[in-house]
Amino acid sequence: MTMPFYASAEQIMRDRAEYARKNIMRGRPVVALKYAEGVLFVAENPSSTLFKVGEIYDRIGFAAVGRYSEYETLRVAGIRLADIRGYSYDRRDVTGRALANAYAQTLNSIFTDQQKPYEVEICVGEVGARPEDDRLYRILFDGAIFDEPDYVVLGGQGEPIVAALKEGYAPALSLREALALAIRGLGSVGADNGRPRDLEAASLEVAVLERSRPARKFRRVHGAALTALLPSAGAPPAPEGSVDPDASEDDEEGSPS
Amino acid sequence: MSADHPAGRLPAEYLQAGMPSFSDFLRTTAPEMLPGRRPLPPGTATDLAPHATTIVAATYGDGVLMAGDRRATMGNLIAQRDIEKVSAADAYSLVGFAGTAGIGIEMIRLFQLELEHYEKIEGTLLTLDGKANRLASMIRGNLGAAMQGLAVLPLFAGFDVDADSPATAGRIFSYDVTGGPYEEQHFAGIGSGSLFARGALKKLWRPGLDRDSMVRVAVEALYDAADDDSATGGPDLVRRIFPVIMVATAEGVTRVSDDEVGGLAEAVVAERTANPI
Repeated sequence: MTMPFYASAEQIMRDRAEYARKNIMRGRPVVALKYAEGVLFVAENPSSTLFKVGEIYDRIGFAAVGRYSEYETLRVAGIRLADIRGYSYDRRDVTGRALANAYAQTLNSIFTDQQKPYEVEICVGEVGARPEDDRLYRILFDGAIFDEPDYVVLGGQGEPIVAALKEGYAPALSLREALALAIRGLGSVGADNGRPRDLEAASLEVAVLERSRPARKFRRVHGAALTALLPSAGAPPAPEGSVDPDASEDDEEGSPS
Repeated sequence: MSADHPAGRLPAEYLQAGMPSFSDFLRTTAPEMLPGRRPLPPGTATDLAPHATTIVAATYGDGVLMAGDRRATMGNLIAQRDIEKVSAADAYSLVGFAGTAGIGIEMIRLFQLELEHYEKIEGTLLTLDGKANRLASMIRGNLGAAMQGLAVLPLFAGFDVDADSPATAGRIFSYDVTGGPYEEQHFAGIGSGSLFARGALKKLWRPGLDRDSMVRVAVEALYDAADDDSATGGPDLVRRIFPVIMVATAEGVTRVSDDEVGGLAEAVVAERTANPI
């Protein structure tokens, strides 16, 4: 018997992993970290409509890097799963853990069964009633899943960002401090000469899961609300987790109440 | 439940590009969860379940208001004294129902989720007309049950964020069992007491009312409905149960506090006591 195109299973898996990893590396990174009042997502994203960060359910947010069409498919599938679960049981029965598991199983079976793996790396963030109940899950293209204690860095050349976060991270940061740290991390890569870059508000996509919000905790921070929080605003540190509610009146995700 | 796939992975249809409508998605993946898809045995079921009545809505200077009494009846009996038939559909719209209570509650829940699901997937709110049309298609799905006596009718009102001025942004839509929507001018009412409530609104409503006067007018209208319709509950001063009143304005949906409604209800009762006609 001749097997002219034989390749060992090991070789096939290695090729697929290399293919996925290479393409994920090319994308701009996303940072998610826990802070005093919940979970903060910061992405470098010049588009204001093709989001990398999204709302899944009351307490659950989603962030991803890689191929847009593929992580968009996963985001929509997650919303469908969460909404069906909440409709058949109760809103409190929708958990980040179940969603992260479903993503891991799905990515794993796509990685093993299909010709081309998904070129994505995703993060599921969940805000709990208390800070110790906040969760961050990082899920890789092959379904590997990690429960991260403090922060997650997705995509790009992540090592310098992880180093910056490791250096600056402390539990119970304020929103302003957490955002400054995330921007410092994102700015530490990508410049030609290895110097840190300055990131403009227009090139940032920022969202938070805020413990203090009623029902749906997810909120995008953009426009004037974001500019006021940036380190370059030069204002004295605002009170813990404070966000100017008037500045975000065009925020369509939140329910005014 | 179809969401609990044995292998734990997301079923293929979850990963398909498709409609941003939750009820359309349920139709393809879990049709048994949709209210209109259940087979009904023949015969009428009119007296099987509690009925909820009397919702009014009216536009005013800042937007639109919706108010509902708290009674559910079963034949000659009061099934529940404190049912809540008016709720926020999303951040800028209100929905109330009259008719079979169980089906109404399920429909409202599905409608709220329908709007939230669209908002999350598309990243933007449906237009007010889009929301009204979605509700119409859900009513049409219940036609079979309605013909056997399990009818439920919603009233929908919202603040149209695309409108030119707040004075014209409040809009009201009514429905019949075959669907709709029918856009109403100024005010509308549904349920068995709505005839009397509408009569009161006809005399008391004026264009451009401020919020406080509008809330007062709503309490008066529901009082008149309860006065003449046994299925509508009046303000319950003994148990402190008062109508649910909500407003949708540029700031979003807010519920008028029970204390405020209670104070107004007491004032209305005192006024009527002085002049009992």
